[in-house]
Amino acid sequence: MALVTMREALNQALREEMRRDENVFLMGEEVAEYQGAYKVTKGLLEELGPKRVIDTPITELGFAGLGVGAAMVGLRPIVEFMTFNFSILATDQIINSAAKMLYMSGGQFKIPIVFRGPGGSAFQVSSQHSQALESWFAYFPGLKVVMPSTPADAKGLLKSSIRDDDPVIFIEQERMYGNKGEVSDDPDFLIPLGVADIKREGTDATIVARSLMVPVALKAAEKLQEQGVSCEVVDPRTIRPLDIDTIIQSVKKTNRVVIAEESHPFCGVAAEISAEIMERAFDYLDAPVKRVSGGDVPMPYAKNLEELAIPNVDQIVAAVREVAYLD
Amino acid sequence: MRERKPEASRAAAEDTSATGVLDQKASAAHPPESPAALKSAQKSRLHDLDRDTLVDIYHQMVLARRFEEKAAESYSAGKIGGFCHLYIGQEAVAIGAISAIRKDDYVLTSYREHAHALAKGMTPESVMAELYGKAAGCSKGKGGSMHMFDKEVGFLGGHAIVGGQIPLATGVAFASKYQGTDQVTLCFFGEAAVNQGAFHESLNMAQLWKVPCIYICENNQYGMGTSLKRAMSVLDISQKSCAYDIAAEFVDGMDVLAVREATLRAVERARKDYLPTLLEVRTYRFMGHSMSDPGNYRTRAEIEQHQERDPIKLFTASLKEEGVMSDADFQQVEARVKEQVEQAVRVADESPLPDPSELYTDIYATPLNATHD
Repeated sequence: MALVTMREALNQALREEMRRDENVFLMGEEVAEYQGAYKVTKGLLEELGPKRVIDTPITELGFAGLGVGAAMVGLRPIVEFMTFNFSILATDQIINSAAKMLYMSGGQFKIPIVFRGPGGSAFQVSSQHSQALESWFAYFPGLKVVMPSTPADAKGLLKSSIRDDDPVIFIEQERMYGNKGEVSDDPDFLIPLGVADIKREGTDATIVARSLMVPVALKAAEKLQEQGVSCEVVDPRTIRPLDIDTIIQSVKKTNRVVIAEESHPFCGVAAEISAEIMERAFDYLDAPVKRVSGGDVPMPYAKNLEELAIPNVDQIVAAVREVAYLD
Repeated sequence: MRERKPEASRAAAEDTSATGVLDQKASAAHPPESPAALKSAQKSRLHDLDRDTLVDIYHQMVLARRFEEKAAESYSAGKIGGFCHLYIGQEAVAIGAISAIRKDDYVLTSYREHAHALAKGMTPESVMAELYGKAAGCSKGKGGSMHMFDKEVGFLGGHAIVGGQIPLATGVAFASKYQGTDQVTLCFFGEAAVNQGAFHESLNMAQLWKVPCIYICENNQYGMGTSLKRAMSVLDISQKSCAYDIAAEFVDGMDVLAVREATLRAVERARKDYLPTLLEVRTYRFMGHSMSDPGNYRTRAEIEQHQERDPIKLFTASLKEEGVMSDADFQQVEARVKEQVEQAVRVADESPLPDPSELYTDIYATPLNATHD
């Protein structure tokens, strides 16, 4: 075990999996010579060479589709989007090709590919560079969607994603690359997709949080503990497949639930989780499910407005107090 | 047929203005040859090939034609659903090009794909059963007319978003080079796909990274109901290669042997040097865009004019006049094709529908062992 940043943990996962399997290659904008726009791919070109670490032109639709084609005939591409904001250009190939190929070929062509890069809110880069897109991708059968919140999860989940035979959307939170945590150096350290992690145990209310909202929810839980409210923080880690059973179990124990997310509320992942809880655990709820989502607005630039658009500790605390009927 | 090198095209571009001069030149550059001239050119190519190859090519063309005539009939009878885009009139393109590659090479194309699938070696039964939405279909009835696949014969679809297969094919060819094989990939698409970003992004990467992909633009001159003249600012598609420094040729797509020869040249470049090529193959579809297209955007006279250059009629005449095949030989091919098509329809008719349990199979290759149901 070693204390490393999220960035380093991801780098280790890439390096180990590329060493392990010749068919894995990495492509994207600035991933090779520039060492990665966020330095996640630092040193990979030097170790693995230009055949396997490939700088692409700024041509997202093209290289995403190229990756899917290469996956059809036996390669295992990792396609980096400099940020997921640019994946929007590539959605035809992600959705119409990668997600559906296995199905529409009657099971003949699996697509083992990872689309990865930073997503979610960044620091003051305004509307086009700061947004959460997971609900888009999670909507489609055929895709898997992964959102780690710690360096250990990032490493274990990325390694599993690379070994997975399906297209995986792996969203790293842009603000979290510098976060530190203990990470295993076992080359076979894997975290299976579709298994939630209880980040903090508690008895009075459940907070379901993913990605950037996990550390925020943990801080809220600490504050609430001081106020005498014991919170359980459940991190699904993968949005699809979603480990709804772990969430339901927690809700059945606490009878109250808040779902925190930085994405827009409308048609979001929290809305889906909320519906599932209603369908499976309605009789266990002592209060309506409460969502704490990002603003239903394009991300603004001004620092004060940006802060208002991203859920914070106090909002989560207030939401838990509301479902616990404390105020 | 001319080889278009970037230098030549740059020179041609110098004396053009933004007033449409280029368009006129481009159209004039490739006037359709008369049926007589076409036949004479084809006959000159005939003698380079052995009889078996010629008969096989002829057989493939007739099979594609009769297969689709039957598919149209079945569509009208309600046995085929959804869209059904017929290839009738364009057979020389798929069959000529695919006759130039090996079994272990790859083919990707658009949704107008029945002939390509058959030419690559898929059985008429599996193609017809797929059209019928039956369990015996190549994609188990999940893909339909627009999504045929057969891994065994290297037929990689069947893609229904215009231009979507172009980056995919580039990736397949990229993988062949990565794996160090000498396989090549043929990527077919209609001329309307040339206006998509996917075409330009792919050609740029293909030449930048030198991948063995042969881009075959089947220019049938209409994107659904829109004439190319109303949709493309520079009509000479082979000239688009200049922007990416890719070798290109213009080919008369009514001559199956011309298509084969041009493809062979491109295949050699691809196998030996991992170089891509763009072929613009001028052709014409005799039927509507799909079965539901009344075709009001073309005159009967225009269609008839092109039918005089019917690639199968032309090839039949060449083979007959040059003494390669006799009347009895032609009858034998027709009889064999009739059997094949009847057998395909029989299998399609008799095959069960996909089992309802198939609805939820083939979504993920690595099962979701987690808990979401």
